[in-house]
Amino acid sequence: MSGGARLENANPLIFQRTGERLQTANDEDEDVADPIDDREIFDLIRSINDPEHPLSFEELNVVEQVRVRVDDQENTVGVEFTPTIPHCSMATLIGLSIKVKLLRSLPERFKIDVHITPGTHASEDTVNKQLADKERVAAALENSQLLEVVNQCLISNARTG
Amino acid sequence: MKDTLALLQKFNAHPDSRCWYVAWNPKGTLLASCGGDRAIRIWGREGDSWECKTVLQDGHQRAVRKVAWSPCGNYLASASFDATTCIWKKKNDDFECLTVLEGHENEVKCAAWAPSGNLLATCSRDKSVWIWEVDEEDEYECVSVVNSHTQDAKHVVWHPTQELLASCSYDNNVCVYKEEDDDWECRATLEGHTSTVWGLTFDPSGQRLASCSDDRTVKIWKECQPGGGQGTDTAWKCVCTLSGFHGRTVYDIAWCPLTGALATACGDDGVRVFKEDETADPDQPVFSLSAHVPKAHSQDVNCIAWNPKEAGLLVSRSDNGEIAVWNYQSEV
Repeated sequence: MSGGARLENANPLIFQRTGERLQTANDEDEDVADPIDDREIFDLIRSINDPEHPLSFEELNVVEQVRVRVDDQENTVGVEFTPTIPHCSMATLIGLSIKVKLLRSLPERFKIDVHITPGTHASEDTVNKQLADKERVAAALENSQLLEVVNQCLISNARTG
Repeated sequence: MKDTLALLQKFNAHPDSRCWYVAWNPKGTLLASCGGDRAIRIWGREGDSWECKTVLQDGHQRAVRKVAWSPCGNYLASASFDATTCIWKKKNDDFECLTVLEGHENEVKCAAWAPSGNLLATCSRDKSVWIWEVDEEDEYECVSVVNSHTQDAKHVVWHPTQELLASCSYDNNVCVYKEEDDDWECRATLEGHTSTVWGLTFDPSGQRLASCSDDRTVKIWKECQPGGGQGTDTAWKCVCTLSGFHGRTVYDIAWCPLTGALATACGDDGVRVFKEDETADPDQPVFSLSAHVPKAHSQDVNCIAWNPKEAGLLVSRSDNGEIAVWNYQSEV
């Protein structure tokens, strides 16, 4: 990160991280198929790094478990994310990192919808439309510079163990 | 529904990558497919199965989005994310790259040949539609650049018999173009969809246009002659909207030139065929769902195409690289 550039949001609110998931008896049982649920999706996206700050999406409250909706039967995943400020210019990049993380981690059968939490961004319709357009997303990811930035956000931290 | 859509064959065309498009050659004997692996594959039927005859690689530096056969069947145009359109010429069983058309500022989304074979249209994320003329020496020249869309232009399609062009876009509109004094102009803007329009197809007579969109509907448009007038700007009206049938974005639509059946490719993994009610008023057409395969593929269906010679033969393409061949039978 360039030292001289001013951060858009120099003093973000930092939220506490949720603890690790508690294992239930069913989780341990090999014969019971684990349906993919909200918590699992949340676990995938909570530690994505914010492009501007050395903090995770969870710590910045950009993603919250309550804003994840999964239907394992219908093969749909919906994630709402909240940019830290309404004019955040990184909103598309944040949405893209979430989408890419899920595309790379989930079985192919899932339809993944990533939206901005309604009312939290000045250009939410524009950003939502871009994220929903798979042709645009595919073409953008062929851009090696953009892909590199996305991959930087997705580098997993040792913190989550 | 007594009408059926039966699966004849499924095969994997572009391993490890997405297959974006598939097109029948004019004779209906070959299929060209293209995809994220930057290659174009030509498939031919061997008995009951389809075999890959040729692989055209090294034509593009990025994904190939669409391919189009010339009306004579001897040329192929490929539109790529690398901002170029490649023209391939058939030589026996192989194809060689004849020329590369440059000019668009970014990803080319579609290429289409006019019925005469002398004109080619391309459209791009740079919002423009380019019209190219080709002469007897296979030389291509851009004759018009039209900037009618305010966003990414997704698809272009020519009228089946006339030199009339239509394009659709991320800006939710469809534009219709005609040549006037050696220049191509947008003659009509069809508004109505509430999200990106992905695909367009003319009916066999060319009097109507069908569009499909991210708003999960299909709209049928008809040209109406404005009363009086010298026939300057034409007006197109939406005469029918098919809603409530598709669960997600409708990526492609195809009107069968032989039977008039309308097929759609949807992001909910399904393939649907609609039939027109023969008794309805032609200005208020009625379409009903004739056949539906809900899980035609395990991922989004990107493309759908009717065989131009064999009635009922339909091919669909999916994000997982699969091509499926179907037989549609309708009880008349």
